[in-house]
Amino acid sequence: MSMNVVTFTIDGVEVKSAPDKTILQAADDVGIYIPRLCYLKDLPPGGHCRVCTVKVNGRPVNACTYPVAEGIVVENNTEELHSLRRNIIEMLFVEGNHFCPSCEVAGKCELQALAYRLALLTPQMPYLYAQKELDATHPDVYLDRNRCVLCGRCVRASIYLDKKNVFGFENRGISMRISVNSNDGLKDTNLTKDDKSMSVCPTGCLVVKRQGFTIPVGKRPYDKKPIGSEIETKTVNS
Amino acid sequence: MTHHYREQIKNIANKYGNDRGYLMNIARDIVKELGYISEEVVADLADVLNIPMVQVRDMVSFYSFFPRKTLGKNVIRVCNAVIERMKGADEVSKAFEKALGVSFGETTKDNLFTLLHTSCIGLSDQAPGALINNVPLTNLKPTDIPQIINDIKSGKNVSDLPQSRVLLNLKKEGEVICAPMESGKAIRNALNMKPEEVIGEINKSRLRGRGGAGFPTAMKWDFCRKQKSSVRYLICNADEGEPGTFKDRVILTEYPDLVFEGMTIAGYAIGAKEGIMYLRGEYAYLLDNLEKVLAKRRHLGLLGEHICGREDFSFDIRIQLGAGAYVCGEESALIESLEGKRGAPRDRPPFPVQKGYKNEPTSVNNVETLCCAARILEKGGEWFSKIGTKDSTGTKMLSVSGDCEHPGVYEVEYGITIENLLELVGAKNTQAVQVGGASGKCVAPKDFGRRISFEDLPTGGSIMIFSKNRDLLEYMYQFVEFFVEESCGWCVPCRAGTTLLEKKLRQILDGKGTAQSLAELRRIAQTIKLMSRCGLGQTSANPVLTTIYDFADLYAERIKEEDGKLMTFDLQKAMKVGIEASGRIKEGVK
Repeated sequence: MSMNVVTFTIDGVEVKSAPDKTILQAADDVGIYIPRLCYLKDLPPGGHCRVCTVKVNGRPVNACTYPVAEGIVVENNTEELHSLRRNIIEMLFVEGNHFCPSCEVAGKCELQALAYRLALLTPQMPYLYAQKELDATHPDVYLDRNRCVLCGRCVRASIYLDKKNVFGFENRGISMRISVNSNDGLKDTNLTKDDKSMSVCPTGCLVVKRQGFTIPVGKRPYDKKPIGSEIETKTVNS
Repeated sequence: MTHHYREQIKNIANKYGNDRGYLMNIARDIVKELGYISEEVVADLADVLNIPMVQVRDMVSFYSFFPRKTLGKNVIRVCNAVIERMKGADEVSKAFEKALGVSFGETTKDNLFTLLHTSCIGLSDQAPGALINNVPLTNLKPTDIPQIINDIKSGKNVSDLPQSRVLLNLKKEGEVICAPMESGKAIRNALNMKPEEVIGEINKSRLRGRGGAGFPTAMKWDFCRKQKSSVRYLICNADEGEPGTFKDRVILTEYPDLVFEGMTIAGYAIGAKEGIMYLRGEYAYLLDNLEKVLAKRRHLGLLGEHICGREDFSFDIRIQLGAGAYVCGEESALIESLEGKRGAPRDRPPFPVQKGYKNEPTSVNNVETLCCAARILEKGGEWFSKIGTKDSTGTKMLSVSGDCEHPGVYEVEYGITIENLLELVGAKNTQAVQVGGASGKCVAPKDFGRRISFEDLPTGGSIMIFSKNRDLLEYMYQFVEFFVEESCGWCVPCRAGTTLLEKKLRQILDGKGTAQSLAELRRIAQTIKLMSRCGLGQTSANPVLTTIYDFADLYAERIKEEDGKLMTFDLQKAMKVGIEASGRIKEGVK
């Protein structure tokens, strides 16, 4: 066996990968979908959502940060992990204020799509009805923290792709929020609507103004196919 | 835009070389001078340090000791942790409210006092306690409070108050930590060996980390030493924040030399030139003495350049104060905090021994572990390995509090049963023992034959005793509240999950739960445990998970359902206001 390939299994399927990849990258490469929310290719992993948790040799680990290794036994598509991931999505639904029917991004929202894929029904956990601030100060974009899942994608995209530092976090625990690089809202930052950080939000938290419903309902990415199918249908030729 | 305190901020930042890595210290000094960190200050500080404002806000908004709004001249932090509330902290809190005429979270109109609550401050053995302007007061009684307020108003120093007295409460001295020591002996022994041999001696002792996780110390040092790097760091974790633990307070007060001796030996073993002690902000009052001990050791040639005359070994220690965040006791969060950032734990791998402080190999060791290491180099690994049990060698410093006659610190041999411990501390009629703090395990009487050890009941040192007349689940609820307060917020299961767990448990304790609620409680708790990012999150559901089976009766008592149905909503009552307002008052609606 070559030194540059490690072999391991995901749900009993043998997977070969370069040794410097994470479990999630290796799975993507061979068309195995590990559900994820805060991860985004081209950004360093954040480790926030824990949706991509898999079991490695029986122990839960984060697939977006855990490196592949020779011979590891990875469990992904199991009933236990499926329900634990669904519980996390449920937590996010009751933590934030999400109203899918009236939301501009319904049908292209990754939170909503994961809820469908993981078969979440009406949340049984208590709704928190938290007060969250909306920032509409910027001429071209608005930031609606009601829909924020604190995935940190905008934070990382602004730093690593836009080289700007527009976003960050604030406070701790249940009071943690997305914060912006000014004393007085997004208008005083150097954010533009064309920044990469504007296009990475998985929900409708960061939205460009005056641009609603450009893709009609019914033609949105997750209207016909579940989230993850873009990975599963990938032709594997390695 | 310039503001009037810009010069002050400039001077403070300058004192730390305008180094962003010292943001914790800079923020502390700003709070000392200005009282709080306003948005203006955030902007100015960002400008002075030439970093984004959002990063400064991120850091300062994370820690309890960096207020964002102006506080009163005197800041009173009443500890309302579990043991404190058992010992009357609620009554003391009320007395403070009455004496000051404000509620918690408020400042008096004359700006003299701000009244706040705080988590465990490491004084559960002399509870209830409080910090006033960072000075600890102990054994408070509600009747003391008016006098305390009057004394401060009349200009008396808090440290001159009769309640400003921290008792040592060292109740049992063992042969490892509390034995007499000769400064420098262990270091000289170590320096007569190669670093690898020092690690070998530790290996022979089978010493395991005293923070609770029990990782073999020799293995940690060996991993760290073997990393390819010219710079390595040794960190002493003195962020003792687990509710009900205060043994490091005693060690740092009585045996600071032993700790620094251990740090120096560890530095030699792993090849570090710099050691950092991360001391919890609540222990700021210990700082002066610790600095004096460091100075004395430098003077004796036990720290600094060419230790004990050795050309090839230089090592020094600095102390970093924390700022009120339990999660910083987690080693990777501690490192983030040391780097001047929010104390959010890191995903592993890489482990700190691979990429730690400033991305260099770093060994993080508990205060007590380092003390043990010093003793091992003084008396030999063989000697140490004969104390305790096979898998848990040595002694353990236990912080005992709650319902017992003699709360305090006990150095016991590993392997002691709960039963024997209860006898030792004078506990009677015990309902349960919380081993390992809020994140530990609630042990029922049927298990009192179990032993304090890594292989059976591991603990970082916290032992809290609940007698039979206590409403145990209410205390478990307070532990859950603690985790809500202390979750860093980085990952979903811990951030949202702890709050949801708290709500669900409250519902059940209030008699509004069904059998279904119990199932929900378990589901939330399991998700937190299996999916959270760090040790704090993974153990934050333990107050529920370790009682839901062993104390199932206590939960069952609270469930008042009939035929699977429970009246949680009283329709008549809910409609009363509306019916009255509409004037349609019917017979029978009251």
